[in-house]
Amino acid sequence: MTRRDAVPGLVILAVFAILAPAPLVVDDYVLSVLINIATYTALATAWAFFSGVTRYVSLAASAFFGVGTYSVAVLGEQSYLLALAVAAAIGAVLSLVVGLATLRLKGMYFVIFTFGLSGLIHEVVNWWEFNITETMGRYVFLDIGGDVIYLQLLTAATAITLLWWKRDHGRMGFALGTIGSDETVARQIGIDTTRIKLATFVASSVIMTLVGAILAPRWSYIDPTIAFNPNISFLTVVMALLGGARRYWGPVMGVVPLAVLSDYLSVTVPDYFSIALGACFLAVVFFIPEGIAIRLETAYMRSRQRVRTSLERRRA
Amino acid sequence: MNTIDLALTALTLGGFYALISIGLNLQYGVARILNLAYGELMMLAAFGTFWGFALLDFSPFVTLAVGAPIAFGFNYLLFRYLFRPLVRRAPNQGALEINAILSTFGLLFVLQGIALVLWGGSDRAYSYLAEPVEILGGVIGQNRLVALIAALLIAGVAFAFLEFTKIGRALRAISSNAGAAPLAGIDVERYSAYAFAVGGVLAGAAGALISSFINIHPAVGGEYTMKALIVITMGGIGNVAGGLAAGLALGLAETLCARFIDPGLVTAVNFGLFIAVLIARPQGLFGRAAR
Amino acid sequence: MTGMHLESVTRRFGGLIAVNAVDLDLYEGELLGLIGPNGSGKSTLLNMISGRLMPSSGRMALNGEDITREKAPARSRAGIAATFQMVHVPDVLTAEDNVAVAAMYGRKKLNVEPARRVARELLRRVHFSAPLDAPPGALTYFDQKRIELARALATEPDILLLDEWLAGLTPTELNEGIKLIRSLHRDEKLTIVLVEHVMAAIRELCDRVVVLSAGEIVAEGSADDCLSNPKVITVYLGDEDV
Repeated sequence: MTRRDAVPGLVILAVFAILAPAPLVVDDYVLSVLINIATYTALATAWAFFSGVTRYVSLAASAFFGVGTYSVAVLGEQSYLLALAVAAAIGAVLSLVVGLATLRLKGMYFVIFTFGLSGLIHEVVNWWEFNITETMGRYVFLDIGGDVIYLQLLTAATAITLLWWKRDHGRMGFALGTIGSDETVARQIGIDTTRIKLATFVASSVIMTLVGAILAPRWSYIDPTIAFNPNISFLTVVMALLGGARRYWGPVMGVVPLAVLSDYLSVTVPDYFSIALGACFLAVVFFIPEGIAIRLETAYMRSRQRVRTSLERRRA
Repeated sequence: MNTIDLALTALTLGGFYALISIGLNLQYGVARILNLAYGELMMLAAFGTFWGFALLDFSPFVTLAVGAPIAFGFNYLLFRYLFRPLVRRAPNQGALEINAILSTFGLLFVLQGIALVLWGGSDRAYSYLAEPVEILGGVIGQNRLVALIAALLIAGVAFAFLEFTKIGRALRAISSNAGAAPLAGIDVERYSAYAFAVGGVLAGAAGALISSFINIHPAVGGEYTMKALIVITMGGIGNVAGGLAAGLALGLAETLCARFIDPGLVTAVNFGLFIAVLIARPQGLFGRAAR
Repeated sequence: MTGMHLESVTRRFGGLIAVNAVDLDLYEGELLGLIGPNGSGKSTLLNMISGRLMPSSGRMALNGEDITREKAPARSRAGIAATFQMVHVPDVLTAEDNVAVAAMYGRKKLNVEPARRVARELLRRVHFSAPLDAPPGALTYFDQKRIELARALATEPDILLLDEWLAGLTPTELNEGIKLIRSLHRDEKLTIVLVEHVMAAIRELCDRVVVLSAGEIVAEGSADDCLSNPKVITVYLGDEDV
């Protein structure tokens, strides 16, 4: 990698360094806003890390997030670290099962499967709690403050962004770009598309699971309905799409405005939350399907091209 | 619960799943829109039937008759102004499918949101022909029996229409090979719009029929969408006959699971079947669009 | 390397039999022409060799090893490369990167920079005439075809399958294309299967020709022998290229 190529990576780290000490200077309310933004930046970037590039749309963010949250709810008081590890393990196994069943097929089967996954896990957890452990809902009294959670989330978001940036420069980035563009060509030139899709999907899902696990201590009471909230899948996708799901710097640009907006809506007009966000979603799919990031990039390239041509004209 | 009871329950569920599979086969197999908001169409019809009963004393069948053209119009407009622009813009089949799926996902939330605002989140139910009746040694609620017969009738009519009429053949042609259909003089866009609209009517019919024996609330659609998706995958996308058979099979599997395993694991059984089909025979038990 | 051996290879699509129990040997180093009217099964057969389609029944062996159930990525690693009938050049990558990916995942698995070097060299070899960082959408048809060819070569194949690679070219381009194929065959010692409708190319390039009709082989031999065979002429009746 050349020195110029390394710049974005350094910028990402710099942003992390600037944002990390925020809890020291902001009040609780702003901290909770920042936690929300960090949460969804991590989720949306992890989502796009797989779905944005391969175009296999996953609607299962809620499922993985929920698994993470619930793992901590069940195991957190014994050992927080154990809970995180178990959460990641379950997330990995779950995504492996989904991936092995659907990723060798066309994208449509994957979408269908992930669409119903959250509901499935929700039902299974309910059944388990009702019949086996005979509890309903868990009380979580972990003494982990908002500032620690914020830092963890910021780390997760930074990590996935760095990972994606690094991937862009390596063989994997090229392979995935080809897969997302034309999978037949990718296979013909020797790319083991199923294996690569699977690995990327597992990575993406484990991150989302960990985000859920990290956030768990924010709630004092968790039941499956709280953990497996379908809005999470929805918001993750719309934010990633708005910001731009094909660039590592894309999703965050969708997260910031929509996280603020959804917070505002849920406080002022909670009854209209679904309608408003659904309409947003439709608007994004209709008017900015490629996302802000690609729009900006295209505009930038065009202006560079204009400068280049005008310079050439002047020289001639 | 004796065997006849089980059979009646299985048949009721199965017939119902068969009905909703035809609608989705039309919307996805022909119009190429994987409608994740399909269950919401059912939910809206269920609410409509409830209010028809509560406010106007309409039986579900009256609402069905009155609602069918409304459902047709609503779905036709949806296709025309929401999905058709997407279809036209898509650079390739893959991009179209994804954008269609995403927009139906957004539509899902909008429709649920509207229902929430209009009618609130609590359960609604009404009692219509709820008295049980004896059939062949088993007992079943009259409303369920009537719903079953109606579902089978409607499914039968739809199936016959697709199998034996000229328009039906055109729709099946589009379903099995949309690229070649124009060569046979078929206006794919126009027929897709009609197919989507009719699919929506069938979804509405299903919603109206089950409304008399379920708890109706805005979030009730999601599980039916999932079942419809699983059924059409099992039967083969676009394969109407396959969907009917798969629907009955799913109804049977769910009934057996509820009786012998646990009623709280029905979704798990659904997914189990789904995974099994995906691994063993992803083109569906009966293959893609029947020739 | 001893070549490929196809035994009773059949491919069905529902009720339609596209390729019917074809026996075919592909000898190392030869330039084989595969011709036949539209719908004769040429592309289907080629797609089964490249791994894009799996045969419904029959056996395929490469150097004695059974590769019947191997999918496309494995075939590529085994040394089989193919171009596509409809040009498939992903627009998200530049011309150079399109070829470079193949070098990254071909038989040598190069890293990004070495792969790009290989890509540049190959694009030069196929006389690619546009800037290397051009987006494929802006390129001429022939240049896109050159990318396809360079990409196939980047995987370091032993066997190269060209599915109507010369179709849609101007007479000048056609001449260039024929010369290019001949030089690749000679210099890189490739085994090449050429599916074509352009009979001039078949006559000029092919050591041996196989004629398909309705999924079956109806003639085999030198180009001249096949093209003057009355059976072949009947099968092609109406085709203006003969």
